[in-house]
Amino acid sequence: MSVSLGLPLDLILGTLVLWLILALVSLTTPRYPWITRALFPIGALGGLTLCVAGLMAVGQAPIVRILPLGLPGLPFHLRLDALSAIFIVLFGATAFSISLYTTGYLQREHYPAVARMALQYHVLLASIALIFLADDAYIFMVAWETMALSSYFLIVTDHHTAAVRKAGFLYLLIEHVGALAILLAFGIMQTPMHHGIETGYTFHAMRAVTLDTGMASAAFFLALLGFGAKAGFLPLHVWLPEAHPVAPSPISALLSGVLLKIGIYGLLRVVFDLLHIQIWWWGVTALVIGLATALFGAIYSAVQSDMKRLLAYSSIENMGLIMTGMGLTILFISYNMKVLAALALTATLYHCLNHAVFKTLLFLGTGSVLHATGERNLGKLGGLIHRMPWVAFVMLVGTLAIAGVPPLNGFVSEWLLLQAFLGATLFPHPYLNMAVPLGAAVVALVAGLAAYVMVKFYGVVFLGRPREPRLTKATDAGPWERIALTWLAVGCLLLGLFPTVIISIFQPTLALLIGHLPTHGAMNGNWFLLAPTAVTQASYMPVAFLGAICLMVLVTFVFVRLLFHRRIRRSTAWNCGYPLLTPKMQDTAEGFGQPIRHIFASFLRVRRLLPTPNDNMPIYSSQVEDRTWYALYLPIAQGLIWISGFVGLLRRRRIAIYLLYSFVTLLILLVFAP
Amino acid sequence: MNTHDIPLQLTQFVLVITAAPLLGGWVAQCRAWLTNRPGAGLLQPYRVLRKLFNKDPVVAHEASLLFRITPYIVFGGMCLAGTIVPMFSTGLPFAPVADAIALVGIFAFARIFSALAAMDVGTAFGSMGARREMLVGFLAEPALLMVLFTPALISHSTSLTTIVISLTTAKLVLYPSMAFAAAAYAMVLLAENSRIPVDNPDTHLELTMIHGAMTIEYSGRYLALIEWANAIKLLTYTAIGIALFIPWGISRSGNWEDLPLTLTILFIKVTAAGFALAFVEMLLAKMRLFRVPEFLGTAFMLAVLGLLVHFLLGA
Repeated sequence: MSVSLGLPLDLILGTLVLWLILALVSLTTPRYPWITRALFPIGALGGLTLCVAGLMAVGQAPIVRILPLGLPGLPFHLRLDALSAIFIVLFGATAFSISLYTTGYLQREHYPAVARMALQYHVLLASIALIFLADDAYIFMVAWETMALSSYFLIVTDHHTAAVRKAGFLYLLIEHVGALAILLAFGIMQTPMHHGIETGYTFHAMRAVTLDTGMASAAFFLALLGFGAKAGFLPLHVWLPEAHPVAPSPISALLSGVLLKIGIYGLLRVVFDLLHIQIWWWGVTALVIGLATALFGAIYSAVQSDMKRLLAYSSIENMGLIMTGMGLTILFISYNMKVLAALALTATLYHCLNHAVFKTLLFLGTGSVLHATGERNLGKLGGLIHRMPWVAFVMLVGTLAIAGVPPLNGFVSEWLLLQAFLGATLFPHPYLNMAVPLGAAVVALVAGLAAYVMVKFYGVVFLGRPREPRLTKATDAGPWERIALTWLAVGCLLLGLFPTVIISIFQPTLALLIGHLPTHGAMNGNWFLLAPTAVTQASYMPVAFLGAICLMVLVTFVFVRLLFHRRIRRSTAWNCGYPLLTPKMQDTAEGFGQPIRHIFASFLRVRRLLPTPNDNMPIYSSQVEDRTWYALYLPIAQGLIWISGFVGLLRRRRIAIYLLYSFVTLLILLVFAP
Repeated sequence: MNTHDIPLQLTQFVLVITAAPLLGGWVAQCRAWLTNRPGAGLLQPYRVLRKLFNKDPVVAHEASLLFRITPYIVFGGMCLAGTIVPMFSTGLPFAPVADAIALVGIFAFARIFSALAAMDVGTAFGSMGARREMLVGFLAEPALLMVLFTPALISHSTSLTTIVISLTTAKLVLYPSMAFAAAAYAMVLLAENSRIPVDNPDTHLELTMIHGAMTIEYSGRYLALIEWANAIKLLTYTAIGIALFIPWGISRSGNWEDLPLTLTILFIKVTAAGFALAFVEMLLAKMRLFRVPEFLGTAFMLAVLGLLVHFLLGA
């Protein structure tokens, strides 16, 4: 190719500048909301550019550049390598659809602060792109903080409500605890400065250092804490179900689709790129955390009755699956099983991509429903397939994708993950050999629960009869929203149908993170046949799968219609002959989740409100609460209050006492003075 | 892939679709004999299908397109599943389309569509059936996967074809781990095909039915397609069980001369499996819905035991 080597990075930097200009323009035109709205389609083009640039950069050698910004003597280092490129593609494709969607969303929704939203949104996009490009700890932390703050302001867009401010505060708090941990992790990995050779804060210098096991483990666990807070691993997930419901829908989509993946990106960068050793028990820890997070998310999403809260818990579940794949990868690398490590890492990256596409689709679709009905509670929706056929159709695609059924994309990554688990029986430790395959059972249980949850979600929102009379006035999404949703639905389909193409794009990333494979063994097969090792071992042909099912449906349809042409008679529903049928008789979200509440009763904390028989206006309710609060956070808070009580003893509110403190301090300092 | 194996594939395709109701008829007939009734005969399922196909389908006013297209999708999915399981030959050119895990995926695909269609009309029974079916589904899926893991570990493959080849040519005739897996598989089969003790395919007693509640709004040709798809599902599950646990007598690719023999062996195995199914159903009673998690949990633990036995004994 004759394109210059730096072109992809130039394109990305150009997009960054474009987004910052858009942010500035929106700052100057708060009086003219229509100009601000027009900024979003231009921003969407930036997303598309990023997607293209990322695809161009994947196969290339890493592009390194030093920006003459930052503090004197501490310039910003940028690097676009295969790992950044994959995440930039993910980010660009998602940002494109979210920007387009927001255009339509803002035309219909009357947000008072459109200009402020446009400003924060574009700053957020630019900072995310910068995180993926960062090649030193300095610019990484600057971009990280920018991302945290701008996303905080976007979450509290409706800041007049107390609940919104509370959720935003929780997000900001956990984000900053995480940022501190990341900073400490970088501190551990940093080299002492040598004379003029290399400054210690760059990632390049960190790669050059080999840490001993203890320090490396400390860096690993700090990174796990910091990036895990971003990615929402147990028990740091608590901000997700609070922040997602209160944010405007496009922002929820961005939070779930892209921001969670930044945590994964950071972990991949630190564990596989910056640290040189991988220890088996890191892998076991990551695996256990991943499986626990996945199961927790799946069970809790099954008992939610708020659309966005349900999707937030489902995001926790998916991040758990991604973490499971990463844990397996670390485990395989630590025993030098590179082909299997490549398989597990492929599953991890694939699931990142899949989750970004289908969760964005689901959140945006939820936004359209919320928009048309003003209702987030599943128990008050229903029958929207008749009123919003377009949204219902694309949401069906997203639902099937996240439920993990072939031939859509969610199945591909789950299949790869299970294949990786099947390989996990060749470890030198017999205990690992016995324990790790049980993880596959948890993954299968989680996949089954995800299907349950998505049937509940789709069935209650779109199928059946409208549970409230005003739902009959709901209208379908506008043209901008339709383009955005269709783009994502097509993405689900393509990612599901052509897995080998996607996996071949991952190859440079795999080579970068786990070294060159002994054989080009990660994938055998061709464009329509997915076979990780050999066709005789495991194979899956999504295109043939879809083709065969479509063909059989068509042939059956034609045969049945040719042979039996009885007319369809429309009538009232049969319902076992019971004539009275009201929408209230359908399962609500709580009803549909009841078996899960029953089976997993010990996992959940349910608060039931049961009125006495003498109650004139009985109200029955049951509310499921997050166990983590009661098991972890509230005890911590109480402990802190208890400790603060002792601090209070020191404060006697008399000036003499304070003067005495100063005096004693001075004395102590004098004693220890050299 | 051999081109001269394609007729073999077509033979299986046609055989599965046409003969599937026969298995249902045989099981019903066996149950009738075992309970001292004369029974309706082997061909009764075909008569039912003909009756249903020739009726006017009645569709509720509220039903959307999803409701009407689902029977075709479920039928198509089951046909595909039945086509790729090695029943009498391992030379099926279509087998690489889906390995054992993807096969589980096909069943999940069909189940999700049926559950969504059941919720479409918005009746109490429909959503109850959908809820219960998904409950059984998510409990059976991990158990089924653990069952599949044991032969997959023995043969280092998830492809059913390779599993059959390696099990028939293995040194050991009987793997102890496979005995546990077989017991677990039998329990999963009962649950997934809505048989006693999890569900009763014969009753429409409103409050206890699972699968029946899901399809209660269907009539005419739609119901016929669903019934037929269920019959194919039962045959496919039986065939998977045969391929995993009694694979002897499945021929290698392209042997047309073996066809009469292998078909006879298959016929005998399926007949025996059908009788065993009827016998088990006769002995048991339907259990309460909330006993089902215990039942499938037992299946799961059996499968895990099989896996551990495999590691401990290396076989």
